[in-house]
Amino acid sequence: MDDMSRKPNALELHIPKPRARPGDKPDFSGWSFPEPGATPKPDIDETAVEMRDYAYGLIRVLDMDGNALGPWTPSISPDELRRGLKHMLLLRAYDERMHRAQRQGKTSFYMQSLGEEAISIAPTMARAPDDMCFPSYRQQGILIARDYPLVDMMHQIYSNARDPMKGRQLPVMYSSKKDGFFTISGNLATQVPQAVGWAMASAYSNDGRIAATWLGDGSTAEGDFHAAMTFAAVYRAPVIINVVNNQWAISSFQGIAGGENTTFAARAVGYGMPPLRVDGNDFLAVYAVTQWAAERARLNLGPTMIEHFTYRGGPHSTSDDPSRYRPADEGRQWPLGDPIERLRDHLVTLGEWSEGQHRAAQEEAIETVRAVGREAEKVGVLSADAAHSRESMFEDVYKEPDWRLIEQRDEQGGV
Amino acid sequence: MANMTMIQALNSALDNMMERDPNVLTFGEDVGYFGGVFKVTEHLQKKYGAKRCFDAPINENGIAGVAIGMAAYGLRPVIEIQFADYMYPAYDQLVSEAARLRYRSAGDFTSPLTVRMPYGGGIRGGQTHSQSPEALFTHVAGLKTVIPSTPYDAKGLLISCIEDDDPVIFMEPKRIYNGPFDGFHDRQVQPWSKHPASEVPDSYYKIPLGKANIVREGEAVTVLAYGTMVHVALAAAEEAGIDAEIIDLRTLVPVDIEAIETSVEKTGRCVIVHEATRTSGYGAELSALVQERCFYKLEAPIQRVTGYDTPYPHSLEWEYFPTPPRIIKAMRTVIEG
Repeated sequence: MDDMSRKPNALELHIPKPRARPGDKPDFSGWSFPEPGATPKPDIDETAVEMRDYAYGLIRVLDMDGNALGPWTPSISPDELRRGLKHMLLLRAYDERMHRAQRQGKTSFYMQSLGEEAISIAPTMARAPDDMCFPSYRQQGILIARDYPLVDMMHQIYSNARDPMKGRQLPVMYSSKKDGFFTISGNLATQVPQAVGWAMASAYSNDGRIAATWLGDGSTAEGDFHAAMTFAAVYRAPVIINVVNNQWAISSFQGIAGGENTTFAARAVGYGMPPLRVDGNDFLAVYAVTQWAAERARLNLGPTMIEHFTYRGGPHSTSDDPSRYRPADEGRQWPLGDPIERLRDHLVTLGEWSEGQHRAAQEEAIETVRAVGREAEKVGVLSADAAHSRESMFEDVYKEPDWRLIEQRDEQGGV
Repeated sequence: MANMTMIQALNSALDNMMERDPNVLTFGEDVGYFGGVFKVTEHLQKKYGAKRCFDAPINENGIAGVAIGMAAYGLRPVIEIQFADYMYPAYDQLVSEAARLRYRSAGDFTSPLTVRMPYGGGIRGGQTHSQSPEALFTHVAGLKTVIPSTPYDAKGLLISCIEDDDPVIFMEPKRIYNGPFDGFHDRQVQPWSKHPASEVPDSYYKIPLGKANIVREGEAVTVLAYGTMVHVALAAAEEAGIDAEIIDLRTLVPVDIEAIETSVEKTGRCVIVHEATRTSGYGAELSALVQERCFYKLEAPIQRVTGYDTPYPHSLEWEYFPTPPRIIKAMRTVIEG
């Protein structure tokens, strides 16, 4: 006993490290990628205990040649698939232009969803239009999939006089109650217990709507995530908790959030919640798992947690330079490819799309963004002159301003 | 009309609101079947069902976060944080989320949420069951902070908080839950039934937020207080025979600045009393407001009587607690110089 417990020099603090850093060859050998179509589909009322293997597998439908395989293949019309593809093209074109606008000094900040387009768009299309969304900062695709006016998104990015948020929020922190899009915080994972509370309220009111929330792999380390998982499981809230594992939280690889020894989907197992782990770059698979979880929630069978395994194709934000902490070509070499190219290939395989149509759709998306961009810039880009009135700073702190805010508004105006 | 303790009055407020508005529900640790460790939610689960009054996991972060989601949906949740001392895990949700939903979304989303929490010492609760963290809320743009001092006010103010369209922190002075403790810990505590403000209607009524109450009119000195300290200040004035004007602020944010100014301009002297630690306490804000607005009417420097800048001690509780002798000394200092 003494020998065992006092072995000298047996302890060494473990600090997780990614497999590759700048200058190294990208190395994905630590991951396993089950074959597309190989994962069975559980009954809608399967118990969480029986579903634990889903936490360690990977649901895939599309192979890398564009074929849809296996029991998870959703039934989606070619029209709906084309709509999804066009949403993703528009999102990518929008991201590209807004990222560039920041570089041109037209706004302070931007965050792209490059490579993650399917994870916001497919779950939105797979649910009802009045289902609620509690996104993090990389799901602008939800607004695009709900046909929110692109020009209003740009007004928000430019914090100009038509910004629906009156210039109060960092760019990309949209809000649209009428589109079921909750105001984005910027503090990480706070939206997750809120989504659970919203879903509990929906069940309390028996209105049939369900909630979905998104957070990153890094944010699962927040206490809010644990709080949300506990409450969701305890009260069987009709909510889908989407963990977007894009492998990078700014410069910290997913091992720093606890992904080195297990999957993020496995977190659900301990809460007694069904886990689904899905190829996040596979539009059909993401659509299918969302449909399954949404149906389960609507049958009052409670929450599902979905881990979307993907790769953050761009920098964390315009303030970030990933070449300083990961190999430059890691994203291009990600074995699960690009969500747009994979859905394109699938539609081509079906005979429902062509290279020519794809190029035309790409051009159309870019032209739409360009035209809307000109319209938004006419209203103004980030500057005090183009902003909402100075008095507006004192509005909406409370429903009615109290004497302090009125005095301070006057004081500010008298300078 | 019945004689009620503060606990019964709070229970009556919740009962009235749950009866009137199906969107009102309440939850927190032990609040369901058991009715809360202080019994504020007693019988509500039986009367309104477990869906409207239920137990929560021991996770204040989650209690607050979930309530914000419910409020954003359109409900009016009333959550109980079992002791104000347990509030800190909920702080990010209250400060970064509840307080700012309206502002950050330009009015698109709001958080009509009431956060109840018993606070304060004098109950031999030690450093984790005695704190008064009100200044951590009054400092936050977007929150309102309310503290009652009688059963009658407790009910009327809580109803106003629940009906308010902004998030309100409702802090309950637990030392006076069962009687108006006057700070003399070695004397018999009177029950609420002997106090006129224990006459509480069974039916719905409101006391507006932002309105102070002059609980004793006087000419010699203005005493600003709230919660338990209102009763301690009253006892101090009676004990010393000082003609103090004692103002129960009732709402800390937004504070009734007119009542404060009018009184200090009349008396020319001001003592501020609270149980919380002194440095950056709410008394510092009150002191600054009085100095900024009433400086030329002041006859003496403002005095603060507060908890000391230490954690709340257990064995030396009565040495720490702002007792009547300390308030008397401060009043004499501002009157006599």
